[in-house]
Amino acid sequence: MLESSWPLLSVLIWLPILGGALIFLLGDDKAAYARLIALLVSGLTFVLSLGLIIGFEPGTAAMQFVEKRPWVEILGVNYYLGVDGISMPLVVLSTFSTLLVVVAAGTQIQYRPALYLACFLLMEGIMVGVFSALDAILFYVFWEAILVPMFLLIGIWGGAERIYATIKFFLYTFVGSVLMLVALIYLQFQAQSFDILEMYGLGLPLATQIWLFVAFLLAFAIKVPMWPVHTWLPDAHVQAPTGGSVILAAILLKIGGYGFVRFALPIVPEASMELDWLMITLSLIAVVYIGFVAMMQQDMKKLIAYSSIAHMGFVTLGFFIIFEIVVRTGGDGALLALGGGMVQMISHGFISAAMFLCVGVLYDRMHTRMIGDYGGVAHRMPVFAGLFVLFAMANAGLPGTSGFVGEFMVILAAFQANFWYAFLAGLTLILGAAYTLWMVKRVAYGEVANDKVAALEDVDTREKIVLGALAVAVLWLGLWPAPLINIMEPSLAHLLEVVADGL
Amino acid sequence: MTPETFETPNLMLALPEIWMLGMACLILVVDLFSSDRDHTLAYWLSQATLLGAIVITVQTQWGLDVTTFTENYVADSAGVVLKVAVLLLTFLAFAYSREYLRERGMLRGEFYLLTLFATLGMLVTISAHSLLVLYLGVELMSLSLYALVAMRRNSPAASEAAMKYFVLGALASGMLLYGMSMLYGATGTLEITAIAEAAAEESRLLLVFGLVFTVVGVAFKFGAVPFHMWVPDVYQGAPTVVTLFIATASKVAAVGLFIRLLSEALGPLHGEWQHMVLLLAVASLLVGNTVALVQSNIKRMLAYSTFNHIGFIFLGFLVGTPEAYGAAMFYAVTYAFTVAAAFGVIMLLSRQGFEAENLDDFKGLNERSPLFALVMLILMVSLTGIPGTVGFYAKWLVLKSVVEAGFIWLAVVAVIGAVVGAFYYLRVVRLCYFEKPEGEGPQPVGSGGFQTVLAVNGLAVLLLGIFPGALVAVCMAAFG
Repeated sequence: MLESSWPLLSVLIWLPILGGALIFLLGDDKAAYARLIALLVSGLTFVLSLGLIIGFEPGTAAMQFVEKRPWVEILGVNYYLGVDGISMPLVVLSTFSTLLVVVAAGTQIQYRPALYLACFLLMEGIMVGVFSALDAILFYVFWEAILVPMFLLIGIWGGAERIYATIKFFLYTFVGSVLMLVALIYLQFQAQSFDILEMYGLGLPLATQIWLFVAFLLAFAIKVPMWPVHTWLPDAHVQAPTGGSVILAAILLKIGGYGFVRFALPIVPEASMELDWLMITLSLIAVVYIGFVAMMQQDMKKLIAYSSIAHMGFVTLGFFIIFEIVVRTGGDGALLALGGGMVQMISHGFISAAMFLCVGVLYDRMHTRMIGDYGGVAHRMPVFAGLFVLFAMANAGLPGTSGFVGEFMVILAAFQANFWYAFLAGLTLILGAAYTLWMVKRVAYGEVANDKVAALEDVDTREKIVLGALAVAVLWLGLWPAPLINIMEPSLAHLLEVVADGL
Repeated sequence: MTPETFETPNLMLALPEIWMLGMACLILVVDLFSSDRDHTLAYWLSQATLLGAIVITVQTQWGLDVTTFTENYVADSAGVVLKVAVLLLTFLAFAYSREYLRERGMLRGEFYLLTLFATLGMLVTISAHSLLVLYLGVELMSLSLYALVAMRRNSPAASEAAMKYFVLGALASGMLLYGMSMLYGATGTLEITAIAEAAAEESRLLLVFGLVFTVVGVAFKFGAVPFHMWVPDVYQGAPTVVTLFIATASKVAAVGLFIRLLSEALGPLHGEWQHMVLLLAVASLLVGNTVALVQSNIKRMLAYSTFNHIGFIFLGFLVGTPEAYGAAMFYAVTYAFTVAAAFGVIMLLSRQGFEAENLDDFKGLNERSPLFALVMLILMVSLTGIPGTVGFYAKWLVLKSVVEAGFIWLAVVAVIGAVVGAFYYLRVVRLCYFEKPEGEGPQPVGSGGFQTVLAVNGLAVLLLGIFPGALVAVCMAAFG
């Protein structure tokens, strides 16, 4: 454990939360101040979070920036924070995405802007908390608390069907998580501690592990979301405001994937191995079937939402093929699979955020998300079209973009497990290209479809900054993923050891 | 109790009740000679009485475990927690009620007196150490409450509610008394420790028979399913302030009743009553929730949702370990304060000739009053059991003791109940934040003091949710 000299993680959690409270108190009368403060707070938080990268010691799987003090002493609950190579990149992704959303919000949101920005800052703090909590109850607190601001975001600033969508979102995720709470309480009883790391290697009997796994599966699979519990996601995405969609796709889905590596794999390894066929099947269904579903969508946001489900299928596939690889080959491909899943999470964070922001750019101008209402946008918005195409290529997994790296690693690893897994997963390269590029073709190219499109103006400076930053991230991760992989590798290798010990 | 064994009671130990009684009589006299239509003096005297009683209770009883009045009265830490909660809840009820009562022509000295006597009855119940004193306390509480519900004589709904409450309450008291008489018959004593000793040895048939009636009586007082039919009508029909008082303080007192009667006196029969309480808990969790889903009146909705929470409290009871009792007590106390604030918001939005009791009256509250929309959000989130608010810790503590006792399936039933609860609590949030009011919508009215206390009450739910440690420690310490 590497203790930190000053509580960086706490600052990253509480600075945005207090900033959000301040903005709420300022109220909507002083919206300009609210925007400025939100920008400053989220910018400062992002800059500070870079300190995690700079101060991070690579080559060790130990938790870093650790803070531990008693919180509810009589019950043994600690305020216990720390990050390793798995969670640190996700923390930075959270602060980065929030900053983008705050910049992108600009003056677009006119209805109660202070509350809108306060919700995002509150969520930022909570997200950092989810990824850095090392106490099970602390984790659960952050995990559930995030529902409330998201519920408000979709419900207040969403589209026509927002109330249905937000209640569906809330209830779906709530159902999954309450069962996880029971599982965590049981684990605490077994481990005599809420320390997540002490829940590893308990050597529970297989039958118990399976029950625990089912509880975890419900919680995390709904969040990821995996087929068939994915149906809340398209509704939530379509109805959410642009910023809400970005955070939902970029971060909230990752919490599910993170849950699998932090909880399910190391705590109940035997059950994970026993049920890996189920996970692999569901992941492949997500990749292939949802890929076809995405192709048929008329609504751009819905299309991207379905493509998110398909891409997250790679994440879960990568996490759960490790058992077959270990059994077949003794191991070296397992690290590749885990790493692929993790890279895919980060990469999807960038790409989905970019895609939703692109749709947001169009929606702000045309007030429609229907593909059929567009056509020939590239003639009027050349800069935008260039960026849009880049992100679409990344979404399709073109080499040189971040979308390629993770999927390629997972497919490569899948070959070691079973040729057919790799084959089915590889279909995504065709399907992904088909649905994404087909959408781009219909929206951006061809003749100018109607007068509204003819009147479009290209992206302004603010939009250029936001989309440009994401383009840099997508290309950087696509061309030179080594720094990220170096950060993750020791932690993932350690995770594999924990899993192997538990078998 | 022959003259040889008569001891001089230690009056100091019972000082909270003596103080309450003395002050209630004083207020009765003072109010009689006061011509103030607002009864300002009675109000402030009552509030001072309650605050004084809190100080006295903590000073004289915390950390003790002794009996006096020839073992009819007990002073212990668990009692202190419950009493302080009851007194604070009464304080809140008074603080929220003034405008509401004035506008409805109910601002009379009797309101304060009856409430104070009901509170006294609760304190006596909580500190009772013999069946007779227990019954005395319960009856003092109940009779005062019947009268309070009936205070709006010209309201048919209130009269009906009072009638129902009275008839069913009397039935429950009868059950309780019948059960107590059997316990007396089986053990030959009224004193709680002696009953516990006898129950551990005696032949059990008659005892168990008495136990059944006792459990039914207690379940009636709690309003647990299937002895719940009076609750929705009384909640809806009673003036909101009285509903608040019944929904909060009397529930906390019922926890005291349960602990004295079933845990202390009939503790050796835990194996027998565990199954009964289990059935009550599961029925409460399932029925209450399902029916709450379809309510359009918020007072009725809160009434039906109470069953869900009673189910959780009973889960703590049926486990029966000291931690579980502590958890149940924590649940009851925090639930009471959360619901008190919810009724406070209802009263805040009510004005003369208008009760903001339909769910639709909450539409667009965020537009009219962001602060109280936020308070309502916090309260509903807490009742749902989302972390960040105190309701989460209450649920978690209970679930923890349930899981540790091996009843994992019960924990699963309970959390599924919580999910159903989420649906109707979220509906209130939805109305406050997502919907536009029809027309103007009720504005928050009420004095600055009322609004401040209410806001503090609401934010306390949040603060206790972030720093629950102290209150948890107190509740756990109360059971050693």
